[in-house]
Amino acid sequence: MIADMNAKDIVGDYQEVSLQLYGSVKRKILYTQIETPYPDGKLIVSTTNPEGIITHVNRSFVEMSGYREEELIGAPHSILRHPDMPPAAFKDLWDTVQRGEKWQGFVKNLRKDGGYYWVKATVIPNVRAGKVVGYTSVRRKPSRSKIEECCKLYPTLF
Amino acid sequence: MSFQFTVSPDFTPDHLSGWYIFNTWLQKQTGIAIHLEMYNDFQGQRDAIQADTVDLIYANPFDAAMLVREKGFLPLVKAEGAADEALIVVNADSAINDVADLKPGTRVAYTEDPDVRLMGMIMLEPGDLNNNNIVPVLADNYVLVAKHLLKVEADVGIFLAGAYDDLSAMVKNQLKVLVRSQISVIHHALMIGPRLQERREDIQNLLVEMSNDDKGRGVLQSLGFTVWQKVDNEEMEFMIDLMDTLNT
Ligand SMILES: Cc1cc2nc3c(=O)[nH]c(=O)nc-3n(C[C@H](O)[C@H](O)[C@H](O)COP(=O)(O)O)c2cc1C
Repeated sequence: MIADMNAKDIVGDYQEVSLQLYGSVKRKILYTQIETPYPDGKLIVSTTNPEGIITHVNRSFVEMSGYREEELIGAPHSILRHPDMPPAAFKDLWDTVQRGEKWQGFVKNLRKDGGYYWVKATVIPNVRAGKVVGYTSVRRKPSRSKIEECCKLYPTLF
Repeated sequence: MSFQFTVSPDFTPDHLSGWYIFNTWLQKQTGIAIHLEMYNDFQGQRDAIQADTVDLIYANPFDAAMLVREKGFLPLVKAEGAADEALIVVNADSAINDVADLKPGTRVAYTEDPDVRLMGMIMLEPGDLNNNNIVPVLADNYVLVAKHLLKVEADVGIFLAGAYDDLSAMVKNQLKVLVRSQISVIHHALMIGPRLQERREDIQNLLVEMSNDDKGRGVLQSLGFTVWQKVDNEEMEFMIDLMDTLNT
């Protein structure tokens, strides 16, 4: 399950909002305006089962999200869901990968400390012996100009 | 019947004799007649794979998807600690200190190595550079990539990390590294084709055990390796999925 965010984990001034996640789950979100820059040369990788529950993360994922690996494995991937991300983006993600296709997009992710980081994400279905056994997302560093475009576009998609 | 073994063209020049020594060792250990065929470039090697003439290959990660998913190859082993990483490098006098400062029209020098080129182009994306807005400067090897940078015939070079590290100190002093990838899960692998697959386990065990005797260790050394590590199907599938996400 997915726990509310905890004020003692937050670094800096924060706002509070309640987010409606998939399956009528509600989560209390505490978020700040502090950005963590994407580390040069690294890929942030995670894999989920077909239901979107995290089954594998690499070290960069742990470092950037601010969670410990044990907190991530078994959690829904919406643990990174930032309130500034329009729900339509994730509907498109799920519709695309469930058709068996690759999804690519720019995502603002929420850290455990309330801060955020932008990524360029590519999600693909993991097909083994003809069956989808999960999904893998690989994130890379986005360009500043793409982030600026998203900062203009995403608020219009709510 | 004789089987064919081939090596990714980016790996042959430095250890050419080593691969012949390895092939002799392999034939002796397995009792299988194996002919080592070297191709000058990736296209020649891919044509041979398409024509189903290849049975064993030390493969570039870029070709792994095609080998596994179209041609029924399976992984055997990888060299311990031999992950492929890429570097973005400029002339030491260049005003550029961050990939984000690069502009369309940048002259990018690289070799034909498909996985290094892919990783390198991804590291140029934060500068909004892509295949459509760079000026490509194709070089035969990494020493020539360095030369293009020194002579200011290219603005940026994409290197295999190992090849860059092997450049002389004098050359490296005139260059500046902007980014070094830390991906660690992309690697070359020795792979086995359908005609030899009933011997897969057997060959895999021989290779993994190879470093346990003097003779085997010497052969590995001539390849520049210390130990072969087993690669299972899922590790290979995962690498292929990862390459697939990058190749977009
Ligand atoms: C492989 C994979 C990776 C994902 N990565 C993220 C991510 O980094 N950040 C995020 O907010 N959602 C990510 N999602 C989408 C979430 O599963 C979820 O749909 C989203 O956070 C919105 O939450 P909701 O579906 O509960 O409304 C990912 C999904 C998959 C399958």
